[in-house]
Amino acid sequence: MSTIIFNHQPRIVGWYSVAGKKESQGPLGETFSRIVEDEYFGGKTHEVAERRLFVTAIQGAIQVAGIQPDLVFAGDLLNQIVSSSFAMRDIGLPYVGIYGACSTMALSLINAAAYVDAGLVQSAVAAAGSHFATAERQYRTPLEFGNQRPPSSQWTVTGAGATVLSASKESKIAVTCATIGRVVDFGIKDVNNMGACMAPAAADTLERHFANTHTQPADYDAIFSGDLGQIGEEALRDLLKERGYDLGQKYYDCGKLIYAEEQKVDMGGSGCGCSAVTLNGFILDKFKRGDYHKVLFMATGALLSPTTCFQGESIPGVANAVVIEEVTE
Amino acid sequence: MDKQEYAEYIKRITPKSKIWNSIIRAFVVGGLICLLGEGLGALYKMWLPNYDQAQIGSLVSCTLILLASILTGIGVYDKIGYFSGGGSIVPITGFSNSITSAAMEFRKEGIIFGTCANMFKIAGPVIVVGVAVAMLCGLGYFIVGLFL
Amino acid sequence: MTFLWAFIIGGFICMIGQLLILKTNWTPARILVSFVVIGALLQVCTLFEPLQKFAGAGVTTPITGFGAGLVKGTFENIDKYGFLGIFSGGLTAMSAGIAVAIVSGLVIGMIFKSRSK
Repeated sequence: MSTIIFNHQPRIVGWYSVAGKKESQGPLGETFSRIVEDEYFGGKTHEVAERRLFVTAIQGAIQVAGIQPDLVFAGDLLNQIVSSSFAMRDIGLPYVGIYGACSTMALSLINAAAYVDAGLVQSAVAAAGSHFATAERQYRTPLEFGNQRPPSSQWTVTGAGATVLSASKESKIAVTCATIGRVVDFGIKDVNNMGACMAPAAADTLERHFANTHTQPADYDAIFSGDLGQIGEEALRDLLKERGYDLGQKYYDCGKLIYAEEQKVDMGGSGCGCSAVTLNGFILDKFKRGDYHKVLFMATGALLSPTTCFQGESIPGVANAVVIEEVTE
Repeated sequence: MDKQEYAEYIKRITPKSKIWNSIIRAFVVGGLICLLGEGLGALYKMWLPNYDQAQIGSLVSCTLILLASILTGIGVYDKIGYFSGGGSIVPITGFSNSITSAAMEFRKEGIIFGTCANMFKIAGPVIVVGVAVAMLCGLGYFIVGLFL
Repeated sequence: MTFLWAFIIGGFICMIGQLLILKTNWTPARILVSFVVIGALLQVCTLFEPLQKFAGAGVTTPITGFGAGLVKGTFENIDKYGFLGIFSGGLTAMSAGIAVAIVSGLVIGMIFKSRSK
């Protein structure tokens, strides 16, 4: 039930985000390292495009960091996490594939930090990404099928982000502690209401994190959740209020930040890429500029598959939180 | 909150579709598609006076199916669908859209295992249930006919 | 006059479909299946043909027409060929539509690529 403290404070030495056209037109458009207008990214299929997003993000982050990492932690939404593993053919580094649904960015960051902190490797990359078209095909209907999206639905972000962590003390931005989530299921079955499925898990993780670290929401410059969307954000606020924590004005949801209202995305963005591009663009850039000194970043995931949904199972959620902090020494 | 309270709470905070707005759109678009069907029927009757009612009906359905398939291909039908919902799903054109969209989506896995194997992903149940129900009704009709 | 009723009745049927989507969270496949069954049942109750006389394409264009056509074809073939008609009638009546749907799906699927909007 504990929160992991990283005593050696692994440093974030490089980050890179790549996003699609729709994301570039949103409020965070300026913060992405690279925009790819072509939804196929020059490939034959959307799956190839998603892989290329991964390769671009990981290579970009490595280049920014200027070091050769020892290990890559990455994951995505597709069956058998093919996007990240196939991308690794071009990266050529030892690789650990992980799955945390849309919470993958935080989960990979925590794992990379743990390896670096323990001294097992000198540096490691954490990456996550998603593509709207591949997610639609896997979880929903063909792209050209003419149906309406229910107002509670969310829009999968096309994009990938990568962060490089290192044991060297060159950078001042560090990962200091993390709370790994428990799988929480409040019995919601609606596949078109992911925020509602994930909010209880998010509340559980945050509550444990605040209790274990003896902190309050006000102790952070900002708190980010991954892709709860409008419904999930409201539910998280209310669930935490019930448990004695007021998230206040400094809490944001990446899913709500990434698109503008007129972009017709209903409740907001979702997918692994949503939190990944926000972290590796907007959030870390703010650290670089000195606007943020301590941020709680929590990515949320809905652990469903199309099979479990058709079999009438409810949708469990998970949320992984990690503290990113500016350190002095 | 326990699970039941949470379910009710979520129901309360989830935004609702604008029902009137949405069903009026479905009415208009659905109505227009049917009107197009009626118009085509009248046209075919003029051109092909030898065809009976059933043949004309078949021809109209085929035309609408083809039209919807082409509109799906050029990326227009899903926009109509986004606007009208049930208005373009319920007509036979929606059936056609579901087949063509699946065919397009799975083309990348090859013609046999992609397109051919997946094109009835959404429309398959319609044919299966339709044929099964028709057979069941036919069986009843046949048995009743034996006693009359 | 049939034109007007085709618009109104056809629109009304689609409106019911939309209402079901909004109120029940049913998937489009389920909506289509339900309407096929409704069409078939209307045909069995001999209510479909009067409706068709009245509203023309307004009842045959919605997928209810597909269900009704299947049953009508089955009954006709039973009258003509007896027992075999139970199996052959439905698809015979609807063969043209299904064939066009398959072939056009195949051809269009080979020509065009799907895009996210």
